[in-house]
Amino acid sequence: MLDSILYAGIDIGSSYTKVVLIDQNNDIQGSNIDFSGIKLHSAAETSLKAALPKNTNLTAVKKIVTTGFGRKIPAINQIPFANITEISCSAKAAQLFYPNKTLTIIDIGGQDTKIISMRNGKRTNFKMNRKCAAGTGTFIEELALKLRIDLGEMNTLASKSTNPEKISSYCTVFAASEVLSRIRKGAKIEDMIYGAFYSIVNRVLEIDTINTDVVLTGGLIAYNPIIADIFKEVLGKSMLLPPSPQLFVALGAALYASQLK
Amino acid sequence: MNTGDLYNLTKSPPIKSTQELRKISTAYFKDLEASSNDPNQKIAWCSSVGPAELLLALGFKVYYPENHTAMLGTSRLANKYIPAAIAQGYSPEICSYLTSDIGAFLHKETPFTKAYGLKEVPKPDVLAFNTNQCRDIQDWFNWYSKKLNIPIIGINSPSFVDDVKENHIHSVVTQLKDMIPVLEKISDQSFEKKKLNHIVNLSFQCSEKWQEVLETAKVAPSPITFWDSCIHMLPAVVLRGSQIAIDYYKMLKEELIERIENNEAAVPNEEFRIYWEGMPIWGKIRSLSEHLCDSQTSVVASTYCSSWIFTDLGSSTNEPFTNMAKAYTKLFINRSESSKEDYLIDKFKTFNIDGVIFHNARTCPNNSNTNYGMPKRLENRQNIPSIVIDADLNDLNVYSEEQTKTKIDAFVEQLAGV
Repeated sequence: MLDSILYAGIDIGSSYTKVVLIDQNNDIQGSNIDFSGIKLHSAAETSLKAALPKNTNLTAVKKIVTTGFGRKIPAINQIPFANITEISCSAKAAQLFYPNKTLTIIDIGGQDTKIISMRNGKRTNFKMNRKCAAGTGTFIEELALKLRIDLGEMNTLASKSTNPEKISSYCTVFAASEVLSRIRKGAKIEDMIYGAFYSIVNRVLEIDTINTDVVLTGGLIAYNPIIADIFKEVLGKSMLLPPSPQLFVALGAALYASQLK
Repeated sequence: MNTGDLYNLTKSPPIKSTQELRKISTAYFKDLEASSNDPNQKIAWCSSVGPAELLLALGFKVYYPENHTAMLGTSRLANKYIPAAIAQGYSPEICSYLTSDIGAFLHKETPFTKAYGLKEVPKPDVLAFNTNQCRDIQDWFNWYSKKLNIPIIGINSPSFVDDVKENHIHSVVTQLKDMIPVLEKISDQSFEKKKLNHIVNLSFQCSEKWQEVLETAKVAPSPITFWDSCIHMLPAVVLRGSQIAIDYYKMLKEELIERIENNEAAVPNEEFRIYWEGMPIWGKIRSLSEHLCDSQTSVVASTYCSSWIFTDLGSSTNEPFTNMAKAYTKLFINRSESSKEDYLIDKFKTFNIDGVIFHNARTCPNNSNTNYGMPKRLENRQNIPSIVIDADLNDLNVYSEEQTKTKIDAFVEQLAGV
């Protein structure tokens, strides 16, 4: 791999930094996911190095596009770079997987959720959640924290639900209190967690109307496939899931990097 | 707390007339201070689209609390003061102009001290409001009325008006006339229609000139942005009814015409032309102006700055009450959804707009046209893309810098076809 030419997409999210490396044929040659932490530039550089294929060093990376909440970091190793929003990067990745399609991308991130409309492969519109954690990954993180449950266990628990409970509170903080209170009164924990995922889907569907096929992306989808089942139930249609939903935006960024002049 | 230079909040090339703006603004506030200390000179506090001309005609010096509270926002002092008003029982969800202004009063502080050397806001002899903007203005003035034991009078305008009809005008004219005896008693001056006519005419001329200034932005690249207009609208608000405001806008317009002739753009390499709908986010004017300027995106027009264009002030000769009633009732904020939509579509065409930024101001639902489906309806009618920014006029606690800038960047990328 010493002579390889790579293009990097670095998606610096509020919770995780995701890196995808592609070659000149748009084939993925490496990827990495790590905590964003406090020092975003350092997280991006470390993740980029960790994503490199064996026996490849950073000089192979010819162009970088950064995206996500922390996209406006300085250059890494003086490699030519640009920053492009995660909305455009999502659309770019969708063009690769679903060329010329009319569809809607729902990207559920740690601190915000985006609904991106594509018509015949071209981005036409986007909407984001209001300044509130309802309908984002933070909602589930907060709940897991309050319930003292490992974040990775939430999907498994929810899938055991036999009688899903509805959460009435919109607010992340109040919802967590409500869940605790109702469990104390006898509700089953798995039914309440299912209800929390259901609540996320409802919040997301309040952002915009959806009349097309839907692609689900983002870390929350990657680790909690039960959300796709709930979307299917609510919208009455199957969801499109790209191979690595959490790396979707980083892949779009890498595709942009390959086209940088 | 950084109050900065309140006249220089944009990244655009400096407007030379700003020097004159500083001069006339300082003179206005100094005059208010002198009047406040003169027992023979009466001061009226007035809502910004209120019955200012009537007050001026009866010899009052007119002070506009909305100007003060916009300064609290611009200088990012509002969040220091809002909690004091909340503690008085006012919800953080209601008008942050009200809460920051009352809070500043309770703190016995004002940005006028740093900007103009005033020790305090001018003391009122009467409070005059018009609910054509919202009910909050009345609540706001009521607080001062009780606190300072000052008489309060006002106009309860018909609201959500579709076509402005004779009965609407009749109601407002009656209320305007009813104010006269109260104001005569306080000012110890007799009402003269001739004087009111003269002042309404001066306001009309000011409005015309202000419109001409704003409409220089029809040219691409625009010589002026919404951000500049937020600063240069000051005379249209506080000095209308005077020759000073008219002369200022003549000067400003000449400068902007010169810019057009020299192809000098407010946003160098202007690529996209944006319309701003809703209140300014006063504490973020510089930040947003710089951010959009860096994206070669010029916010060329707004409903907000156009709200001080009062074409109807000149609609009939020698009918000052009718003209005032028409002008202040036809105000955009006071109108039905369909009237607002028609108005906006006209503006989009006039200014050749590529996209719209709607500001959903948390504490100003009356001046946020995002909550009843308007952005989507306009997109369907005109195919002009838009985004909604969730923020506030003064309360920066409800503003997310990162989310807002990501939305704007993604919007500009969309316009650019990235």
